Amino acid sequence: MLAGATEQNLNHMIHPSLSTRDLTIRFGGHTAVNAVTCDFRPGELTVIVGPNGAGKTTYFNMISGQLTPTSGSVEKDGVDLTRMSASQIARHGVGRAFQLTNLFPQLSVLENIRLAVQAQAGDGRRFFTPVAKLSELTARAERYLEATKLSDKAELPAAALAHGDQRKLEVALLMAMEPDIYMFDEPTAGMSLDHAPDVLDLIAEIKHDHSKTVLLVEHKMDVVRALADRIIVLHNGELIADGDPGEVMSSQVVKDVYLGNAGEMA
Amino acid sequence: MNRTLSVKIIALTIWGLLLFSPFLFQDVRQVEVAARICVFIVLVASYDLLIGYTGIVSFAHTMFFGLGAYGVAIAMKQGDNTWGYWIVGALAGVLVAAVLAVLIGLLSLRVKAIFFAMITLAAASVALVLASQLSSFTGGEDGMTYSSPDIFKPATKLLTDDEGKVARIAGVRMNGKIAAYYFVFFTSAVMFWVMLRIVGSPLGTVLKAIRENEARAEGIGYRVVAYRTAVFVIAATTAALAGAVYAAWLKYTGPDTTLSFAIMIDILLMVVIGGMGTMWGAAIGATLMVLAQYYLRDLMEVASDATSAIPLLPELLSPDRWLLWLGIIFILLVYFFPAGIAGTIIRGRAK
Ligand SMILES: Nc1ncnc2c1ncn2[C@@H]1O[C@H](COP(=O)(O)OP(=O)(O)OP(=O)(O)O)[C@@H](O)[C@H]1O
Ligand SMILES: [Mg+2]
Repeated sequence: MLAGATEQNLNHMIHPSLSTRDLTIRFGGHTAVNAVTCDFRPGELTVIVGPNGAGKTTYFNMISGQLTPTSGSVEKDGVDLTRMSASQIARHGVGRAFQLTNLFPQLSVLENIRLAVQAQAGDGRRFFTPVAKLSELTARAERYLEATKLSDKAELPAAALAHGDQRKLEVALLMAMEPDIYMFDEPTAGMSLDHAPDVLDLIAEIKHDHSKTVLLVEHKMDVVRALADRIIVLHNGELIADGDPGEVMSSQVVKDVYLGNAGEMA
Repeated sequence: MNRTLSVKIIALTIWGLLLFSPFLFQDVRQVEVAARICVFIVLVASYDLLIGYTGIVSFAHTMFFGLGAYGVAIAMKQGDNTWGYWIVGALAGVLVAAVLAVLIGLLSLRVKAIFFAMITLAAASVALVLASQLSSFTGGEDGMTYSSPDIFKPATKLLTDDEGKVARIAGVRMNGKIAAYYFVFFTSAVMFWVMLRIVGSPLGTVLKAIRENEARAEGIGYRVVAYRTAVFVIAATTAALAGAVYAAWLKYTGPDTTLSFAIMIDILLMVVIGGMGTMWGAAIGATLMVLAQYYLRDLMEVASDATSAIPLLPELLSPDRWLLWLGIIFILLVYFFPAGIAGTIIRGRAK
């Protein structure tokens, strides 16, 4: 190691775990994401900010395979993910939670999480062993139930949960996938103030595991300040700023973008 | 969870009655009905794997049922009535069913559900046409009659008494008919049990996840098309096996007993009556429907006679109107049990 290297510099010497190169998608004539090139490193939590319609969710959708880019590429640990299906990408260790709750409504909370656990453990193809006998699966699912404080609602169908609990379950599904790359899309949106910290603490915990890479779309400034190692700013589908949270937040471009739009960052 | 328990008790009672049918109901027609119920429980349960658990709408289930039956029929007609030919015919039928299911599945499970349903409808129509056109091979519209294995013949003595005559247990003659019935019963019970294991396994949860939210199932790492194709193959081979078993029981195979769309509609009604996505409901739906098909006329005849003194009523209850009454019963069932009998008991009526 070079003497006197700052932590920031060290961070940049670590190989990126996830990179996008000129990632672009057009819907008809509208370019929703335009040539976004960015590297994400293990142990780093990057917050993605930008006004409504900036293309944050669309950027996520291309990385996790819900959308296929018009051009550009996505790479994880040297593997090209660009044309892979969402399930292949998930099996390559890229996990995703959705901005709009996206669960299995009639299945119980426990079953929802167990699905993610057994996908990760490769147990989905077991067709003859009763679930009850696979206590390891259930035990793992229960750990994520506890972590998200949903244990007392384990047997309820997901559809019966209150909005805040559905958001937590959304996060629990991602955690249970045990990916290398965690992508959270406004995980606390619409959550009451007393529930949001549960989720944010979980994200902070992941961040402490230095082998994991976290991407977080978030509007709430206090959350951004508390968690971000780095901030990137998307605007009209373009990456317009990237760097240290303090620097980015005080930069002129960001002020312009947010003053020109409804003041979400306030 | 004692709601689920009560459904299980109802279904297990049905299986219990089926187990003792030859002793409880000694009439030939009654045993015929019991055997049909066994086979249809399997048929309906395997169809429920598709429509109720995974959310796949297929109209080709009778085609797969027919493939198994025709496999056995052709083998036993061309060959002889030994078990070897039954096995060859059943295996051939199951194999063809599996290959067709893989092809239809891989080619078309990616498309919208409605297109998939259309493709299965087309495949089933082709199968029906082929069965009637290739008459030198399939017996055409008339179908085929053949002998069942010797052990199923009424003259066969399974047990003999001291005088060498066929022995009776609880008054029932231990002849080949008993062997045939228990062959149908036990193969059906085993297939039903296997399907219960499937829906209770991790795979079963994946199937439900695909039904509930296909995109998210894909998103957490499941290859939805592969799982769909797999369950389509499981359902198809099970239906084909059920067909092979039924062919050995009936000693006759024709379009009307296996391939017709009337049976496809029966299966759909049985799934709906029993409750979609409840394996146990298949036993309830199949039993009620088969019983109604066989006994509603008799029941109405009794009712019509009993009310002969009252005007109009005997006319309404005339046995010739049994289909009308079956329709009315069906509408009432759907009204009072919107999620099917098992489904409504489990979930409760509210919502
Ligand atoms: N499937 C699609 N078809 C057409 N246009 C789309 C599609 N998906 C996204 N867009 C457009 O792309 C742009 C970016 O949308 P996106 O949802 O990515 O924004 P966002 O930054 O996530 O906004 P928000 O903060 O509101 O979640 C929007 O103008 C949107 O209308
Ligand atoms: Mg968004």
